Amino acid sequence: MSIRAENVSYIYNEGSAMASTAIHGLSVSIGDGEFIGLIGHTGSGKSTFIQLLNGLLAPSEGRILYNGKDIHGTETDLKSLRTKVGLVFQYPEHQLFESDVLKDVMFGPKNQGLSTEEQKERAVQALQSVGVSEEDFSRSPFELSGGQKRRAAIAGVLAMRPEVLILDEPTAGLDPRGRDEILDLISGMHREMGITVILVSHSMEDVASHVGRILVMDDGNIRFDGTPREVFSHREELEEMGLSAPSITYTMEYLRSLGLPVDTGMITISEAAGEILRCLEERNA
Amino acid sequence: MLKDITLGQYYQTDSVLHRLDPRVKLIGTFVFIIALFIVNTPAGYLLCAVFLAAMIKLSRVPLRYILGGMKPVLFLLAITVFFNLLFTPGTPLVSVWRISITREGVSFAVKMAARLCFLITGTTLMTLTTTPNQLTDALEAVLRPLKALHVPVHEIAMMMSIALRFIPILMEETDKIMKAQMARGADFETGNVIRRAKNMVPILVPLFISAFRRANDLAMAMEARCYRGGEGRTRMKPLVYGRADYTAYSVIAAVFACCVLIRAAGI
Repeated sequence: MSIRAENVSYIYNEGSAMASTAIHGLSVSIGDGEFIGLIGHTGSGKSTFIQLLNGLLAPSEGRILYNGKDIHGTETDLKSLRTKVGLVFQYPEHQLFESDVLKDVMFGPKNQGLSTEEQKERAVQALQSVGVSEEDFSRSPFELSGGQKRRAAIAGVLAMRPEVLILDEPTAGLDPRGRDEILDLISGMHREMGITVILVSHSMEDVASHVGRILVMDDGNIRFDGTPREVFSHREELEEMGLSAPSITYTMEYLRSLGLPVDTGMITISEAAGEILRCLEERNA
Repeated sequence: MLKDITLGQYYQTDSVLHRLDPRVKLIGTFVFIIALFIVNTPAGYLLCAVFLAAMIKLSRVPLRYILGGMKPVLFLLAITVFFNLLFTPGTPLVSVWRISITREGVSFAVKMAARLCFLITGTTLMTLTTTPNQLTDALEAVLRPLKALHVPVHEIAMMMSIALRFIPILMEETDKIMKAQMARGADFETGNVIRRAKNMVPILVPLFISAFRRANDLAMAMEARCYRGGEGRTRMKPLVYGRADYTAYSVIAAVFACCVLIRAAGI
């Protein structure tokens, strides 16, 4: 269950005066069960890239392979591909439309052509896994709170039981607590169900503490590809692209400049706290 | 998907027509339409055609672009010609069963077709050379006298410009929602008419909700900035007539006078 992009380019408004290249010559391979963070500033081509991955956009050049098959080839049915490569858009709660939450989540499975019982079973399971309580199933999705709406919307994609889950800034516009809850939820799904997750994010903290591999996009191509530690060691290049390292890295650097000999390669808060404690103990010893 | 639709079609270039005061273009177009219905002889139509051709030349908008705007109305044009051709009483030219094509019918159909073509081209030319915002400004200025009759002129103009401003936003929104539902396996391309209409529900409901949400936000933002209608409101770019505008008025007046004369003389 792997995704491969081979030399993919995408041009908006191709052939007209307003043509603009969003992606050019991008190649990448994403393996089974990976948890990937996709970062890049606005306009770097992230959104275009993820839409190419589930066939909502067709590449102008190059091809995208899912399990070795070209997704725009004759062998692949795009509709079923989209249920395997689930894509949760930004502000997914804006796509809710049904009269109650359960029915809305059943929309995906219904389009997959499953029986009503199976649709219901999958919807209930998806809603439970995102933490929407049973008494909310029969409520109108528009009565839910912001965080709950987002959970319901994510459940709408999960109910199709995708093998790959792509989320475009799932934490945008949520308060810190809602953010942590959604991220923990996604990590949990990756751990327990073993699905491949691609998380698009603006927040370096979010990706640093959750993902195993980071792809950094800039100007329609992938600039860095590696573990969070590797990627964030290119701090200056990231800053040139309008990105940054997690803020804890800067704190560590500041501490070092004050004379505390900490390792500045720390990227998560818990890691950093351990490192500071270690240094302080060493100094006091 | 929706990226092929061009609405509020303004053609960006620099020409005499683009620089004219929008009030001149609005009134000019209106006068031109009246002139089209005054003339009823070949000479009159020729005059209108020459005037229109000169304007197109002046606007520097490619002819292909203007004619492209005619496509959607071709159907309407065809229906008009068809009915005029068959159902105008007069001297029959060809008769089949109880329907006959008359001499008057042919002449009326040709005239009507010419009028409609000129009318659409003329108004298209106006929207191509005037931005929607300029147009609403002009509309507000031209309709201002109606204020004495308690017509909410400013409010109407404001509604128009907001509506126009929202078209691209809602188009983008529709595209986004469509994609989001397609990612959930929705299908908008296959099935019969009823099925397709039903399949639109997952797009329409979120779209309506988003439109209301945006309207709410906009109203709030306007109120937060103390918007309270047109009373005492000044403009950043007030409309001021220049020499070119008076020349344009004279040209329009001259063409209109000629049309009236042609009609009166019966040439």
